Amino acid sequence: MTTPFLKKAAMIGLGAAIGLGSVFAAQAQASEQYLPSLVYRTGPFAPSGIGFADGFADYVTLINERDGGINGVRIRLEECETAYANDRGVECYERLKDRGNGATVVAPLSTGITYAVIPRSRRDGIVLSTMGYGRADAAYGRVLDNVFMVPTTYWSSMTATLSYIAEQEGGWDNLRGKDIVHAFHDSAYGREPLAVLRHYAEEYGFTLHEMAISPPGVEQRSVWQQIRRINPDWVSLYGWGVMNPTAIRTAASMGIPRERMIGGIYAAQDDAVLPAGSAAVGYKAVTFHGPGADYPIYEDLQRYVYDAGLAAGDGDLTGTIAYNRGLINAGYIIEAWRQAQAEFGEGRPSTREETLWAWQQLQIPESRTEELGMGGLMPPVNITCENHEGDGRVLVQQWDGENWVQLTDWIDTNRELVEPMYRESAMRYAQEEGITPRECD
Amino acid sequence: MIYRESGQFKKSYAADQAILPLRQDQVFLIGALLVAFLVIPMVASNYVMNALLLPFLIYALAAIGLNLLVGYCGQISLGTGGFMAVGAFAAWNLATRTELPMPVVFLLAGLITAGTGVLFGLPALRIKGFYLAVTTLAAQFFLIWLLQRPWFNNYSPTGVISAPEVNMFGWVVDSVTDRYYLALIILVVMALLAKNIVRSSTGRKWMAIRDMDVAAEIIGIRPMATKLKAFAVSSFFVGIAGVLWGFLYLGQLEAEAFNIYVSFDVLFMIIIGGLGSILGSILGAAFVVLVPIFLNVVPSAIGLPLSTAMISYVEIFIFGSLIIFFLIVEPHGMARLWSIIKQKLRLWPFPY
Amino acid sequence: MMFFFEVLIGGLMSGIMYALVALGFVLIFKASGVFNFAQAAMVLFAAMFIAGMHGDWGVPYWMAIPITILLMLGLAWIIERVVLRQLVNQEPIIMFMATIGIFFAIIGFAEIIWGSRSRTLDIGIPDQPLFIGDMLFQQYDIVTAIAVAVLVVLLLIFSQRTRMGRVLRAVADDHQAAQSVGIKLNTVWVVVWFVAGIVAVVAGIVWGGALGVQPVMVDVAFKALPVLLLGGLTSIPGAIIAGLIIGSGEALAEVYLGPIIGGGIDNWFAYIIAMAFMVWRPEGLFGEKIIERI
Repeated sequence: MTTPFLKKAAMIGLGAAIGLGSVFAAQAQASEQYLPSLVYRTGPFAPSGIGFADGFADYVTLINERDGGINGVRIRLEECETAYANDRGVECYERLKDRGNGATVVAPLSTGITYAVIPRSRRDGIVLSTMGYGRADAAYGRVLDNVFMVPTTYWSSMTATLSYIAEQEGGWDNLRGKDIVHAFHDSAYGREPLAVLRHYAEEYGFTLHEMAISPPGVEQRSVWQQIRRINPDWVSLYGWGVMNPTAIRTAASMGIPRERMIGGIYAAQDDAVLPAGSAAVGYKAVTFHGPGADYPIYEDLQRYVYDAGLAAGDGDLTGTIAYNRGLINAGYIIEAWRQAQAEFGEGRPSTREETLWAWQQLQIPESRTEELGMGGLMPPVNITCENHEGDGRVLVQQWDGENWVQLTDWIDTNRELVEPMYRESAMRYAQEEGITPRECD
Repeated sequence: MIYRESGQFKKSYAADQAILPLRQDQVFLIGALLVAFLVIPMVASNYVMNALLLPFLIYALAAIGLNLLVGYCGQISLGTGGFMAVGAFAAWNLATRTELPMPVVFLLAGLITAGTGVLFGLPALRIKGFYLAVTTLAAQFFLIWLLQRPWFNNYSPTGVISAPEVNMFGWVVDSVTDRYYLALIILVVMALLAKNIVRSSTGRKWMAIRDMDVAAEIIGIRPMATKLKAFAVSSFFVGIAGVLWGFLYLGQLEAEAFNIYVSFDVLFMIIIGGLGSILGSILGAAFVVLVPIFLNVVPSAIGLPLSTAMISYVEIFIFGSLIIFFLIVEPHGMARLWSIIKQKLRLWPFPY
Repeated sequence: MMFFFEVLIGGLMSGIMYALVALGFVLIFKASGVFNFAQAAMVLFAAMFIAGMHGDWGVPYWMAIPITILLMLGLAWIIERVVLRQLVNQEPIIMFMATIGIFFAIIGFAEIIWGSRSRTLDIGIPDQPLFIGDMLFQQYDIVTAIAVAVLVVLLLIFSQRTRMGRVLRAVADDHQAAQSVGIKLNTVWVVVWFVAGIVAVVAGIVWGGALGVQPVMVDVAFKALPVLLLGGLTSIPGAIIAGLIIGSGEALAEVYLGPIIGGGIDNWFAYIIAMAFMVWRPEGLFGEKIIERI
């Protein structure tokens, strides 16, 4: 009984020793730019994570294959699986940050992981690129100089959602007396836009109904029965994971018009609508990039990545929302390195300081997104010392049963409202953490 | 030969009752502590301290706590994650809303968790076995829901909160080494405490309840007081582990992160490590922390490139299989393996 | 009042869906005294194979479902061989933890084959709102309720009217007595896990259709457990009735109590109902009275 067990245990021990040894083994290719990718291809939110990870990896492959890297500096991508768990994310961050010639930028892909790595990244001087999730108040650049909310936050995207609703209703004045439901994942994520919504409800006189849905949200009948009784004019949906399709399905079965449901930026992905089947037709959502695959970059991806057999996934996720998000996140990171090289010398990998500098002044005008083959896909970026978000603009898309159809152009966000909110929250954080906000000219 | 007890005579009851009656064990323990306190901080890299040792120490503490309840008192609980969250959030609120010094905050957080544990332990008086396991899920789900109410994170817009600075009697625990030391000291002290509790009359009562509660009642053990004490002590340990998890390891707190799968992880630690063994809890924690990292690192190191996703699937599969494997082959876990090794060493190299 | 009944009926329908998962637990517990935590993983396993074979390989549903049922037989056989046989006569709590191991092993295995992306599983159950008078019903619910009713009747016939059913009941009554009259315990276990597997297939189709097939489906287990406890671990009708109680109780609480204390309470409310009830009657509604001897 015990002898085979002992052998097995000894083997496990030996394996562990080898494994640990290899962690410490230094690896350095001086000519490569190292890029860690914290992905969640498994876990409860995997359906969103897989597309993102594929898009992220495919864009890097494209740059390496088509251009031979950034001015000849190839990018070495390494994935680490977080399963959307905070401790795994921290472990990944710590494991990957000193690999290769050192990580310079990390996209943590989860609000929880972002919070855990913010103090670490400040100590290490690594840039955090958080697209929409994370600390909204990092958009105020004076406090956290290495965290970037490009291209939008929940707060600003919610102001755009309300602008869209107002436009549909024929003007802000017509919102008076309307009923707007915010159906949300009963967690901090879902509650985050409430501050903006409450402000607007007060200013424009509509009634805001806050409906919490308990995660994971596999059963939502009673919530939507209540919503049906309210008979709302608009429904804002902030679900995550399996909650989104279930919400759309349940809403449909209650006869709530999908055309009047607007998902938030993380209720805008394909895994929100596909499992809901025909119930999702007509569902709208705001997103911070163009939907679909009808962009020049996809021709290059086809030629250099998919046809060459280098695609990260099976190829059936291309053009999905999550995939496009992976593309543009990698696009921002690589553009920042390109600008760092232009400033500090081409043909060598950028250091942490150089990368940080590049992000702090990152400018990607519309013309540049077109040069990248991502015109209309990638929102332009305009970072200043004080503004780490840019314009925060989003657009509205609608699901037609097969594809997301872009309904509007970029919608401007209400900077007058959100910027003071960022500032107030960031300053409170600075005070708690003892950070002295830096001066901006 | 190496592990030889001949010639070591106990001349007093105290010597006979020592935690480690054998000199070899004492030497080994002192050696292990020396390594932990002196050698590791010098040689271990930042990554090892930060991402392996810290979670290991904290998980070990939680596992000891759960083992007191499950392994010693026989009351199975799936609410560990919830209790860790209670500890962490209690500490955060005490630290940010009051001026109490940090050690007091830690202690109070542990006591609050103990109180919560007693509250959710009440059904154990009527409900037993896996019925109880499922009712502890009530604690898990309810506590996480409760801690998500905005008051508990002081209306933070994202609901995720940053842990405050840890100041222990003027020692500002900031660097990785500091955090490692604090976690290690707390673990050592509390492990010693746990070891002594289970050797005391309390521990023996727990084991009597575990082995046959009706019989225990008949010989005069009060099941109510005994079980609730187990819940209280266990939750105290788990609560402190929660505080350390938020304050020392992650540096942030988020109620959702202490989900049901955390509870499972800790349960695995004690199954694999050994039910009813303090040492086993520590070994199990090491095992559960290391295996995923091992599986992530080894395939690429030996030139077998599996995709990150595939590694995770394989990891889930292997974890499940290991649980079954341990339950079948060695229900007493790694702690039992350790004692088997010691037995072998008594005779080595001349086994008969 | 109308609204009250709508909520009530919606809750009852959810309850039936929970009961469907709880049924699988009951079957196994009845026959082998094992609290099978892995039931939810079996539901996911079945749903993933049906949706995966249909989606990735183009196998039509009428073939994919029987193939999956055969796979459940294989799974039952493997579990009996690898796990149950080795752990016979162990304490129930050890068996319970072993099924937690099985839970993860099954999930891992299914993901190794199918990955963790979301798939649709639509075998054509209609999903439109249906108004009877002013009351809103969902066709999906009605079809589900009928399916569950048929399943329960079949299970009852199986256990009361067939030889195998009698054998199962004999084993449930007394392992040793059953063995001494020549019943092969191992075969019985395979059969009972297989039957639970078939229930898992039905649950997988229903839940997969409602949620999309993805790993988070196993979380329905956490909805089924309070149902199971309330109903008593050994009673098939108990599971259904408890499902109805929990489903409606949770829906009414969410609607009428939720707004007062902050919404989103249905995750834990079911557990509180079950827990409160069990403090009064530890064996659940229809469970067998636990008699302890020394």
